[in-house]
Amino acid sequence: MPAVSKGDGMRGLAVFISDIRNCKSKEAEIKRINKELANIRSKFKGDKALDGYSKKKYVCKLLFIFLLGHDIDFGHMEAVNLLSSNKYTEKQIGYLFISVLVNSNSELIRLINNAIKNDLSSRNPTFMCLALHCIANVGSREMAEAFAGEIPRILVAGDTMDSVKQSAALCLLRLYKASPDLVLMGEWTSRVVHLLNDQHMGVVTAAISLITCLSSKNPDEFKTCVSLAVSRLSRIVSSASTDLQDYTYYFVPAPWLSCKLLRLLQCYPPPEDGAVKGRLVECLETILNKAQEPPKSKKVQHSNAKNAILFEAISLIIHYDSEPNLLVRACNQLGQFLQHRETNLRYLALESMCTLASSEFSHEAVKTHIETVINALKTERDVSVRQRAADLLYAMCDRSNAKQIVAEMLSYLETADYSIREEMVLKVAILAEKYAVDYSWYVDTILNLIRIAGDYVSEEVWYRVIQIVINRDDVQGYAAKTVFEALQAPACHENMVKVGGYILGEFGNLIAGDPRSSPLVQFNLLHSKFHLCSVPTRALLLSAYIKFINLFPETKATIQEVLRSDSQIRNSDVELQQRAVEYLKLSSIASTDVLATVLEEMPPFPERESSILAKLKKKKGPGAVTVELEDGKERGELNGGGDRGGDAAIAASNASTPSPSADLLGLRSTAPVSGTTPSAGSLLVDVFSEAGPSATSAGVNDDGFLSSAPPTVASEDPAPPLPESDELLNKFVCKNNGVLFENQLLQIGIKSEYRQNLGRMYLFYGNKTSVQFVSFNTTVSCPGELQSQLNVQTKTVEPLVEGGAQVQQVINIECLTDFIDAPLLNIKFRYGGALQNISLKLPVTINKFFQPTEMAAADFFQRWKQLSQPQQEAQKIFKASHGMDTEVLKAKLLGLGTALLENVDPNPENYVCAGVIQTKAQQVGCLLRLEPNAQAQMYRLTLRSSKDTVSQRVCDLLAEQF
Amino acid sequence: MMHFLLLFSRQGKLRLQKWFTPIPEREKKKIVRDMTTMVLGRKPRSCNFLHWKDLKIVYKKYASLYFCCGLDAEENELLALEVLHRYVELLDKYFGNVCELDIIFNFEKAYFILDEFLLGGEVQETSKQVVSRSIEASDMLQEVSERPCSR
Repeated sequence: MPAVSKGDGMRGLAVFISDIRNCKSKEAEIKRINKELANIRSKFKGDKALDGYSKKKYVCKLLFIFLLGHDIDFGHMEAVNLLSSNKYTEKQIGYLFISVLVNSNSELIRLINNAIKNDLSSRNPTFMCLALHCIANVGSREMAEAFAGEIPRILVAGDTMDSVKQSAALCLLRLYKASPDLVLMGEWTSRVVHLLNDQHMGVVTAAISLITCLSSKNPDEFKTCVSLAVSRLSRIVSSASTDLQDYTYYFVPAPWLSCKLLRLLQCYPPPEDGAVKGRLVECLETILNKAQEPPKSKKVQHSNAKNAILFEAISLIIHYDSEPNLLVRACNQLGQFLQHRETNLRYLALESMCTLASSEFSHEAVKTHIETVINALKTERDVSVRQRAADLLYAMCDRSNAKQIVAEMLSYLETADYSIREEMVLKVAILAEKYAVDYSWYVDTILNLIRIAGDYVSEEVWYRVIQIVINRDDVQGYAAKTVFEALQAPACHENMVKVGGYILGEFGNLIAGDPRSSPLVQFNLLHSKFHLCSVPTRALLLSAYIKFINLFPETKATIQEVLRSDSQIRNSDVELQQRAVEYLKLSSIASTDVLATVLEEMPPFPERESSILAKLKKKKGPGAVTVELEDGKERGELNGGGDRGGDAAIAASNASTPSPSADLLGLRSTAPVSGTTPSAGSLLVDVFSEAGPSATSAGVNDDGFLSSAPPTVASEDPAPPLPESDELLNKFVCKNNGVLFENQLLQIGIKSEYRQNLGRMYLFYGNKTSVQFVSFNTTVSCPGELQSQLNVQTKTVEPLVEGGAQVQQVINIECLTDFIDAPLLNIKFRYGGALQNISLKLPVTINKFFQPTEMAAADFFQRWKQLSQPQQEAQKIFKASHGMDTEVLKAKLLGLGTALLENVDPNPENYVCAGVIQTKAQQVGCLLRLEPNAQAQMYRLTLRSSKDTVSQRVCDLLAEQF
Repeated sequence: MMHFLLLFSRQGKLRLQKWFTPIPEREKKKIVRDMTTMVLGRKPRSCNFLHWKDLKIVYKKYASLYFCCGLDAEENELLALEVLHRYVELLDKYFGNVCELDIIFNFEKAYFILDEFLLGGEVQETSKQVVSRSIEASDMLQEVSERPCSR
């Protein structure tokens, strides 16, 4: 086969490649390769010195063999020799070999580094670039040690050629990513930022990758890049498509550089300088406008490049999350893309909308696209697009549309691709749980889930439904009835049998009054599935049977006979045999009273993070679900939130119930040991209790909202603060934005900013219903001595809030002196005639007025010692209630408003912070030390400040955060 | 940044592999296997983006050859498609109507061109002219230092 070749053809190489291609089998190929390896080895070992050309050819052959997937254990030395050749092609092949086949042979690394050093100092730009490419390709620690000092100098030197600068910038980036400790910041850093102004577009494009990475790690040091980036971006965006010559790509001016500039800006909050910000907003608007213009070319490259910039601009808008106008425009633009002809754009629009859905400004706008997204889920041909649609439905779900979305997801599950079923099941389970107002709906959903996709329903999902049914007595009867019906199906999934066995064993009595589901009918139904089930399920059923004996004494004889049969009592499985023997004995020896005690109804499960959520998080990787997780916390978990009746009772009984051991259901420990509290006549559960289905199913329609809405007091006086308002307050100690409160009617979002002793807070009241709120009125008050400590001014809001609308209220806050309590926010309005009256604590806490103070270790300890009087110190030792992840801790400490001081505490595990609280009356210096003990899952927090009340208050606030 | 760039044929034969982060050989083989099966298994006219572990995968087919890259989660997929396209254009400009055979027989050139365009997984130079010029300049160097060569 003729070799296609250019430049210096290496004929031998071409012949070899042809030979390999002509090999008919893998064996023939290996044979040919071994022959070649032997040949090369003998040439390298031979007495005759090889000329440069031959050496290059053989090294190149070795490289080819390696890239085919074979091991190469020689030739490195010859490659290194090529590096010092003065012929360019030989040097080039040598470097390529080294880049592909790095070997941490220390002897060689030294030789390689020597060759690189020579080329770097050669002042020949082509050689310098080759050397820099090699460092960037290898990027090893040894290389970083050798060159991390030299490359910054090359990068910023005035006489460096542009092409070398470009390579040097990216080479340095690679070293910084691999060994950040070896790349020292210095005088060069400020000069690097100014490369953003370089005349050569290529230099800017390369340098900006480096600057973005450095900025994201050291934002303060590189802040000046913001205004430079904005003006560069503005120049590109406003340039005509031909201005930038070869940097215009298919009529789009500098798409790569534009995207990178927009990405760099995402390392920072919105610019503080009004002029810069105005210019940036103008750029973003121009980009959004350009999307509406007719395309300048029909080529896909044109639209891709243009839309790449658009999506990056939208990312920045979402990142700022502060310009409602731009957010809504972004959302509308994405809405157009949802129906675009290009699959790629539909995919990206769905993905981008997911992030928009979590912004309070655009959540509602995203929701308007629900029908399109549902349609995408049903009709998209490409599974990855359908998956994005499912993700978006999940992200846009809230109480108002949960039923529709869950129903659509369920029906999609019937035909969903196997690859995404498990994730879909988890999502449906989570949504059903999170937004269940009415628990019969929840039970229906999960049972449907098991029916439709039983194989994909993981343990966590069915454990969870049982936890919830056990904890909520208003749904138990309904659950029993529904599982009973589901089990009637001739073929039902084993998971259904598990849920059925468990629930009937606990609550079968609630439906036993109906002759169609009499105890014996229930038992026969369960037992008809027994033989088709696996051992663990059979074990569960045996436990259900013994519970039946307790619930329905009339079934005792039948069940004992089953237990006594050889297939149980002589079962080859130890677990089954043991259960059969023990249950049989228990039922024959124990008196009714003892039996009732031992087999009492399961106590409620302790509240905890949904195991399903944890599973989804694990499946999707930590990044993917954080939004949802936070969201879950803000909206209150199904079981965790205190806004529903009956939870108090559960909480109370939890306090007295020892939490079950690791086994979620206590299945392994067998039922008899589960009841530890004395029997309180649970045998006599009201069989025909109507508390279940009929009462709760009413909660679906609009009227139902009221029955489950949070405390509504029919008085014009401000209601007392909600019981959870302290908890809500604590959520905002380390952050300034988020959702403060949400119920079925109303959502309150907060954005706030503080400077010195002044603060401004924006409250966003969103009407979640389709009906207007009238006489809408909000007041902020400072109870007691807070009046003299804080100065709070509010503007009144319009008394009418349309359905689906959002109104904003600005609150100005001045801190006069330090304070402890929080101002109260009272909201009153009429919804459908009923007065709603809600009081919350406004999350204004003393730490909001912190100014961070950077100081060196010596200063810190000196001041620490100065504040050594006992009343100046406050200390708390407490158990970690969240994970002890370093990054999370740091983020919280920074969120507190103090400066996090690195390298101060001799123990690197500890954190120390410093800040000054700014009040009108005085400034209070504050030092903080947090000592985590990962082993014990404990913290010790120490606060020292010049004022005892401040130490104590900050300590109290912060102790709730970990 | 880009983590890797792979070129493979419809039959799953790897034609070029570039790794921008240190990855053990065994892991590389697994990634190549995953990518080829995943991408080759896609129906025509599907979208060009996939999620794989923590990475975004962007691929595009040019004639018989698939170009496939793995990106950090924050990277822009559309722009990555154009990175692939620009690389194809650069190969095309150098080889003149590039085909799979050019890349097989001149694999080292394909790597050199890539090094001029991308470095450390980031775009170094987007101008087609500038990249082509520097590749031509190095070809000139070798032609001067060796024998004159006809193209």
